[in-house]
Amino acid sequence: MPITEIVFYMFSLVLVAAAVAVITVRNPVNAALFLVLAFFSSAAIWMLLEVEFLAIILILVYVGAVMVLFLFVIMMLDINLAPMQEGFINYLPVGITVAVVMALELMVVVWSKGRFDETAFPVPPPHPDTYSNTKALGELLFTNYLLAFELAGVILLVAIIAAIALTHRQRTGSKRQNPSMQVRVQRDERVRLVKMDPEPRQGSQ
Amino acid sequence: MNTTNMLLAAPELWVLTMACVILIVDLFLREERRGIIHMLAMITLIFAAIITLRADYLSEGLRSATAFNGSFIRDPMGDVLKLFSLFVLGIVYIYSKFYLRQFRMFRADFYTLSLFALLGVMLLISANNLVTIYLGLELISLSSYALVAFDRESKRGSEAAMKYFVLGSMASGMLLYGMSMIYGATGSMDLIQIADAISTRGGDDLLLVFGMVFLVVGLAFKLGVVPFHMWIPDVYHGAPVAVTLFISSVPKMAAFAMAFRLLHTGLGELHADWQQMLSLLAILSIVLGNLAAIAQTNIKRMLAYSTISHMGFVLMGLLPGTASGFGAGMYYVIVYSVMSAAGFGMVILLSARGVEAEQLDDFKGLNQRNSWYAAIMAMVMFSMAGVPVFVGFFAKWLVIKAALDAGLVWLAIMAVIFSVVGAFYYLRVVKLMYFDEPVTESPIEAPVDFRAAISLNGVMILGLGIFSSSLIAVCMSSFGA
Repeated sequence: MPITEIVFYMFSLVLVAAAVAVITVRNPVNAALFLVLAFFSSAAIWMLLEVEFLAIILILVYVGAVMVLFLFVIMMLDINLAPMQEGFINYLPVGITVAVVMALELMVVVWSKGRFDETAFPVPPPHPDTYSNTKALGELLFTNYLLAFELAGVILLVAIIAAIALTHRQRTGSKRQNPSMQVRVQRDERVRLVKMDPEPRQGSQ
Repeated sequence: MNTTNMLLAAPELWVLTMACVILIVDLFLREERRGIIHMLAMITLIFAAIITLRADYLSEGLRSATAFNGSFIRDPMGDVLKLFSLFVLGIVYIYSKFYLRQFRMFRADFYTLSLFALLGVMLLISANNLVTIYLGLELISLSSYALVAFDRESKRGSEAAMKYFVLGSMASGMLLYGMSMIYGATGSMDLIQIADAISTRGGDDLLLVFGMVFLVVGLAFKLGVVPFHMWIPDVYHGAPVAVTLFISSVPKMAAFAMAFRLLHTGLGELHADWQQMLSLLAILSIVLGNLAAIAQTNIKRMLAYSTISHMGFVLMGLLPGTASGFGAGMYYVIVYSVMSAAGFGMVILLSARGVEAEQLDDFKGLNQRNSWYAAIMAMVMFSMAGVPVFVGFFAKWLVIKAALDAGLVWLAIMAVIFSVVGAFYYLRVVKLMYFDEPVTESPIEAPVDFRAAISLNGVMILGLGIFSSSLIAVCMSSFGA
């Protein structure tokens, strides 16, 4: 067994185990950390496919940004898992049946002879040393998939608008500064001089 | 890719630009001048329609033209559907303005989100590539989720949005899974190349059928046909009427185009396989939609179940896989959108003082309060039931005829029987309006643009019925039938 296969099976095992852990562990922080592990393993598998750029992006964006944000959210919100897991046992038999049936169907389709083996999908020749994965990806994105690329951008914009539209509230009675008013203020508005007679001295007896 | 190529997408680019402009303009507007946003949105729609009508590729003698390396296609079917999307959205905006003002929700977010959804609709109609289809669909879905939760105070709205979001994400997952299978089997994401790949290696591949099953499931979720219909009544009921009005009309046309492109352009070779699945979905939707609607006392839920049955009829148009069948399906979906807009428009009209007129009883004695509005609602109901002269009859007739031509006799018989069953709950509304005493005597007030739009909408249902041949001819010729 060549080394790449050993590495592949190792990382895929870790990936599957981590993915199972994400949905089974009770503590949401642990679940998020297992998700990080799953991302790392899939990044490693991508590395084996020589798609370095995507592998690094997966770690930078998902692990570095998305998951950290996610952990923040988990820590900020006081999530009580008990009511969410209430119906778990009741739905378990149905869920397992559906999952097993789907897994069996998938196996029948994917493992039938000649569908996904080396004759149907021969191993591609290795890239020359000058090959740049990032450049190839960039060229494809900005030529053939320009529309899809721009559309993905629009979807992100919609996500921002939706998030703001659903959560932004105009607060009434909040105290804020208005610099132009502060600069324009006149002496009369702030200081009032009052003429008064001197008071007789008190408590000197 | 050159500039003429990109000009094919000019209507979409215009809508995108204007959605962003409205987003910015709103920042500088005071509350009482929000009407400008409405005007801008209407201008957007009008010019988008004008740009769509300038179809240069047709004058060059082409039946269709692609851009962006084949991922975007302009053809007569797409253009007609886009024009009707723009038209129906215009009506939706006029109805919504009245509703949103009344319920103190007149914010620019409604317009920006629905314009982005329109962009998704237009792109999905023109999508010719699995990636574009998926992204267009997500654009519609994401905007719709946010719109359903638009009334932030409403607990029911948030719950509906949550249900919609969870089920919608699952449907997207199914669709993506199916797409990855199809990609694995054919090695391409371009629908035309997929069709070529299937015809060279034969369509009996298990992997292809497997992928197609997932595609059909995802599609059925988005169309809202039985057994993937659970979200429809809850979402239609929970969302503000203005939003229900939108999601029940415009995106349906995109869903039809998506079904056509995926199943016919891409997987046309597998017609025998998907015909079986779709006929099951169609018959279940027609039966269950019509039966469940009878039990409803809430008109929003009643119209939701009626949507399910109408979508069953649209699927029936897709079943034969012939040009005349697709033409009939397209005609049905356009007619349905127009009827649905009028139906929910009436619900908005009767809503007053912060209370939605969502109960059937709110329609009691409408004739005594205002006979013209009662006549419009009666026309909508007659048309939805498929009574002759009204436009809904011709839609049903064409679809059933297409099914008969394809030899699906049992399906046609079931469709006719359950249309008659469905007529019961439509006519019940008519009975409530004409033969019952009104609950309230308060006059029905609406601004002039609203009255004009709903009158136009009602007259269209009658007029398109009497002069149905021209629109039918347009739909049929889109597919070359």
